[in-house]
Amino acid sequence: RLFYRYRDLAPQLVPLDYTHKPDVTLPYQLIGSMPELKDNPFRQRIAEVFSARGDGNMTLDDFLDMFSVLSEMAPRDLKAYYAFKIYDFNNDDYICKADLEKTVNKLTRNELTPEEVNLVCEKVIYEADADNDGKLSLEDFQHMIVRAPDFLSTFHIRI
Amino acid sequence: REAQLFVDKFEGALGKGKGKKFYAYKVMMTKKWMKFQRDFENFKTACIPWEMKIKEIESHFGSSVASYFIFLRWMYGINMILFGLTFGLVMVPEALMGKPYGSLPRKTVPRAEEATAMNFATLWDFSGFAQYSVLFYGYYNNQRTIGWLKFRMPLSYFLVGVGTIGYSFMIVIRTMAKNANDDGGGDDTSFNFSWKMFTSWDYLIGNPETADNKFASITTSFKEAIVEEQESRKEENIHLTRFLRVLANFLALCTLAGSGYLIFFVVRRSQKFALEGLENYGWWERNEVNMVMSLLGMFCPTLFDVISSLENYHPRIALRWQLGRIFALFLGNLYTFIIALMDEINLKASYLPLFNIFNLEEEKIVKYNMTIWEASLYNGTIPENSTAPPIQVDPADVPRGPCWETMVGQEFVRLTVSDTMTTYITILIGDFLRAVFVRFFNYCWCWDLEYGFPSYSEFDISGNVLGLIFNQGMIWMGSFYAPCLPAINVFRLHTSMYLQCWAVMCCNVPQERVFKASRSNNFYMAMLLFILFLSTLPAVYTIVSIPPSFDCGPFSGKTRMFEVISETLELDFPSWFGKVFGYASNPGLILPFILLMVLSIYYLNATSKSYKEANLELKKKLQSVRNKELQ
Repeated sequence: RLFYRYRDLAPQLVPLDYTHKPDVTLPYQLIGSMPELKDNPFRQRIAEVFSARGDGNMTLDDFLDMFSVLSEMAPRDLKAYYAFKIYDFNNDDYICKADLEKTVNKLTRNELTPEEVNLVCEKVIYEADADNDGKLSLEDFQHMIVRAPDFLSTFHIRI
Repeated sequence: REAQLFVDKFEGALGKGKGKKFYAYKVMMTKKWMKFQRDFENFKTACIPWEMKIKEIESHFGSSVASYFIFLRWMYGINMILFGLTFGLVMVPEALMGKPYGSLPRKTVPRAEEATAMNFATLWDFSGFAQYSVLFYGYYNNQRTIGWLKFRMPLSYFLVGVGTIGYSFMIVIRTMAKNANDDGGGDDTSFNFSWKMFTSWDYLIGNPETADNKFASITTSFKEAIVEEQESRKEENIHLTRFLRVLANFLALCTLAGSGYLIFFVVRRSQKFALEGLENYGWWERNEVNMVMSLLGMFCPTLFDVISSLENYHPRIALRWQLGRIFALFLGNLYTFIIALMDEINLKASYLPLFNIFNLEEEKIVKYNMTIWEASLYNGTIPENSTAPPIQVDPADVPRGPCWETMVGQEFVRLTVSDTMTTYITILIGDFLRAVFVRFFNYCWCWDLEYGFPSYSEFDISGNVLGLIFNQGMIWMGSFYAPCLPAINVFRLHTSMYLQCWAVMCCNVPQERVFKASRSNNFYMAMLLFILFLSTLPAVYTIVSIPPSFDCGPFSGKTRMFEVISETLELDFPSWFGKVFGYASNPGLILPFILLMVLSIYYLNATSKSYKEANLELKKKLQSVRNKELQ
């Protein structure tokens, strides 16, 4: 079923027969226009994280990976791992203050003043940073997110 | 690992595996069942009235404004039930099974009023045909049973009246208890901001409007959390703050005292004017009391607002102080008004219409007149004995006694209607016209209208909440005398909900500092409980001590209204029941019972306190364990 959704995005590019493992990637614009993703402020980051080459263009495998991690049945740790990668905008394996600022602005569509954004980011680092290095590592993030009551229900796409 | 997930997900689709058709079928049924459950949950949520509207308001204006609308919706629910009780058990039986209009003197428009009975002006004033209908107390006959079902009308009327009050008490207290439970749960705030940032976006959203609302609600939620954070970080110069707060309270007290004195003074003056004849004075003097009370109601809250800026409280606490002060203002005004009136009466024993209705002298006079009138009818026809058939007199011509219950009911209905009109007009003029003015005249005005004065208005939570609560108090007071009041109130709340939702989204702007409503709405509930208590006092007093009118209503002819209960016990129940009841109502039995209840209240209170403390201890333990983990 997922395969048909993938194919529907670009029928002329995707062959019906996948037994010979053709190398077909769909560009980001098509992925980002899917109804499940088009209102999501983080769709660009999601596509980048799951695409093999890191530029947002996805093969069928990447596509399937993405939706399986975001489905209901994926385990919590797996989701936390991928969530960390999504929110890490500069791909340095740490969520630093700049990443947090970008997240907040994407979430509020730039409605908060810079002081407010600053306050929020400082509070987040204060709350979650356990090793006191001024940024969130994967362990900090996981420690914080597995205790969140609605992480599983919000980090979920149904297709 | 990912390959495993892949295979698990598509097991049903990838070939029938080991030929396990049954397994595939089971999987399909499970999926269908889950889908059905999801749809049913969606349906249930869609059934909650106005949920989408309130969510929209909440995401744009914050949870405190939304709490007003949730309160409004809850009140609507209560009024629906009250309406169901009064309509189903009182109005419908009378309309279907009671004697129709025109068959009895009390059910007919008297000859004198017949000419104007159908005019719109009379109907708007709730006299004329509206007065002599099921809507008011006076229409009901005092027959013990009506119709072929032997429906006991007076008993039903009495029980419905008592039942509405009892139900209201029960539900208010139950809601307070439920809210207290919620509040005690508390929440884990250790990762508040982090969770807000990383888990607030719902990835399931696929609709642009919902996305808009979600963005707005995330922004509002961030702002609320920021306000909380700022409040907790504020550094306080304790002495200065305390001094300012004491000063503010003193100023508020002065304002209250000043307004009380002003009302007293004005009422005295109006009595003086009345004595000298109202024709000598202009419009202001005639309506002085009403105007002064309305003006005080309009300006004092703004004054309180200014005073509260001295106090520098958390916005939620400031709202509570504001509500409390306005409440005290209205109550104080009302009491001063009543005291001033009574003072006047004591001074002169003047014949004010309000206190005339309890005047038994007038009833005796009317009874005397009626016997004379009847005698005059017989005089012309039969010389001596009483075996003659009764004379056919058109019911409209029979002289009628005074009916104070209907008059009281009418006053309440008029008050409710005028209150509704005032609220709607204030919203339309105060909010809508103001917004239109600011929007369109901004281009050709000297200063920036949108940022300076007058700008768009904010939603006035305290004013609206108090209006709602006082309105409900009036309904409770009047519904015994006018069974139509809950119906009118249901209609009013329904239209008010739509009008205010529209007005808020269209003409108001969110407040500067958006704050989170307290989890329990117990403050509103407490005020509601107080008003409920106050408003049932007059009705209970009249039931117990004042004899009902002799010529109208279901209790006419009895010396006290509650006698209908004893009458029912004697006539309808088997005799041993009456005996048992007689024993049970012996004071010797009731007093120990009351004592037992008081003791059990004390015991339950003590145990609940100890549970709360145990709860806090456990929470602290959890917290320390978690902190240890973090290190």
